[in-house]
Amino acid sequence: MTNNNTHIIQTKNLSIGYFSKKKTKTIASNLNIELTKGKLVCLLGKNGIGKSTLLRTLTKVQPKLNGAVYINNQDLENLNAVDLSKIMSVVLTEKLPENNLSVYELVALGRQPYTNWIGTLNEKDNHYINLAFEQTNTQHLLNNKYNELSDGQLQKVLIARALAQNTEIIVLDEPTAHLDLHHTLETFSLLKKLASEFKKTIIISTHEVNLALQLADELWLMTPSNFISGTTEQLASQNHINQLFESELITYNKNLNQFTVNK
Amino acid sequence: MVNPVKSYNLTFLLLFLALILIAVLNISLGSVSIPLKHIFLSFFNEDATHESWRTIVLQYRFPKAITAIIAGSGLAICGLLMQTLFRNPLAGPFVLGISSGASLGVALLIMGASFLGLNITGYFFSNWGFAAAASIGSFFVLSAVMLAAVKVRNTMSILIIGLMFGSLTSAVISILAYFSSAGQLQQFLFWSFGSLGNLTWKEILVLTIVFIVGIIMVISIIKPLNSLLLGENYAKSMGVNVKRTRNITLIATCLLTGVITAFSGPIAFVGLAVPHLTKLLFTTSNHKILTPAVAISGAIIMLICDSIAQLPTSELTLPINAITSLFGAPIIIWLLIRKRKIS
Repeated sequence: MTNNNTHIIQTKNLSIGYFSKKKTKTIASNLNIELTKGKLVCLLGKNGIGKSTLLRTLTKVQPKLNGAVYINNQDLENLNAVDLSKIMSVVLTEKLPENNLSVYELVALGRQPYTNWIGTLNEKDNHYINLAFEQTNTQHLLNNKYNELSDGQLQKVLIARALAQNTEIIVLDEPTAHLDLHHTLETFSLLKKLASEFKKTIIISTHEVNLALQLADELWLMTPSNFISGTTEQLASQNHINQLFESELITYNKNLNQFTVNK
Repeated sequence: MVNPVKSYNLTFLLLFLALILIAVLNISLGSVSIPLKHIFLSFFNEDATHESWRTIVLQYRFPKAITAIIAGSGLAICGLLMQTLFRNPLAGPFVLGISSGASLGVALLIMGASFLGLNITGYFFSNWGFAAAASIGSFFVLSAVMLAAVKVRNTMSILIIGLMFGSLTSAVISILAYFSSAGQLQQFLFWSFGSLGNLTWKEILVLTIVFIVGIIMVISIIKPLNSLLLGENYAKSMGVNVKRTRNITLIATCLLTGVITAFSGPIAFVGLAVPHLTKLLFTTSNHKILTPAVAISGAIIMLICDSIAQLPTSELTLPINAITSLFGAPIIIWLLIRKRKIS
């Protein structure tokens, strides 16, 4: 099943959730996403709304319940793990296991979908590894062990690994969760640059709502009642952003384009 | 850009020379003192004057050294595989109850066979039977641990489950022992002491073939093992078939541990200690470097342990199992006290 259009990610009536023995637990349904190339997308929603479940479904870590997902016009169902790994890379929140990998080795692992059976790096692989270090400005770290890095440095290195994988789509699950304001901004602007300069499609889930409102090319809002996507302006003009939290404590302020505390 | 991957060629060369040196030393030591010159002559069939020396070297010491090399490197590689797969520095064939499984298999064969009225004194049973029983036993326990590992994702719990399976098998062995005759008990006890000697060339051939098959399996998964260093989810996102990698790792571990344990007894600690020692020399996690490094180090350490066990110039031979533990346990304690990060 191919679908000729310019969308890099498209979903049709997608339902996400979990299968268990007796019943299926639907977390969100009727998700219709149409995303074009080279955008920085921020997935927003309160805790437990299903952001991770959506990302896990789009990256084929867990099965969808219903509907269809198309990546680059190909049905996600029909893509095998190796094919998918050449289109989509991930940066996860989970802690890495303890070991002695150097930063260079960690980034070079991103070339695995392309290397031969024993993982020998050729000219092309080295090119993409070097490019990944340049794009993330982390060349000075390459001889360090990754477990010696600060959280901010590690995040950049993990993004470099995803870049070395040379995929059109990079999916990041809460990439700024452990970072201070400076490193959060640094990560956001790096992702923004990758989307605008290098035409990467970048999807992140985040709780940095105010930053997302300012920087994202497109927002995906998950609210208890529905899923809405669009640019910040579109969503603000239709008063969708305020539905995000349904809280008496904070309100979206259109003029400032951010959430402010109710006094 | 300078090549950022450190080359360990010199370390490998030195390690390999050490292996050869220690192998020669191992063969030259024993209850009968044989001059080095005559040891070399034995291999070239030119030492007619000391036929008994030739027999000792070719029929006893040389096979024993080969067994030590295969057992040492095989167990060490298994330890490395387990430590990567379980993402836990304490994992190893011994801790996860695989060795206990092999013991249970042999115990069932020696002590359980009489219940069924089988005669196991024959050559077939005492050698090939042990090998089969130990392999099946270790496969059984490892599968059980793996089944639990699918349900329980916490690696600490998996290790504890492994230890529990270990004590379960020990309990079954105790019960079997209680109902066994003194002869059967002795047979089992001697097997459990571990012994690198007593293997015929035919048995060494089987051991070597299984070792090569196991090593080929390990080499085939070096690349996915490296991606598992980032955890299963990253590995999957890079196109790795994690399930297949895990299965090959487990089958290779069973095969190697099972057969080595079968022929030389449950040799403790080599699988656990050697990977850690090797990582002191090779500060990398890359399996392309670590696998051969661990294999050579394992062989060296097993040869050293064996040289100590046979108490040079004396008639006595200590159980190899005791020596590896005497050697291995203090090293792990020393590493922890020095607060070197074990990983």
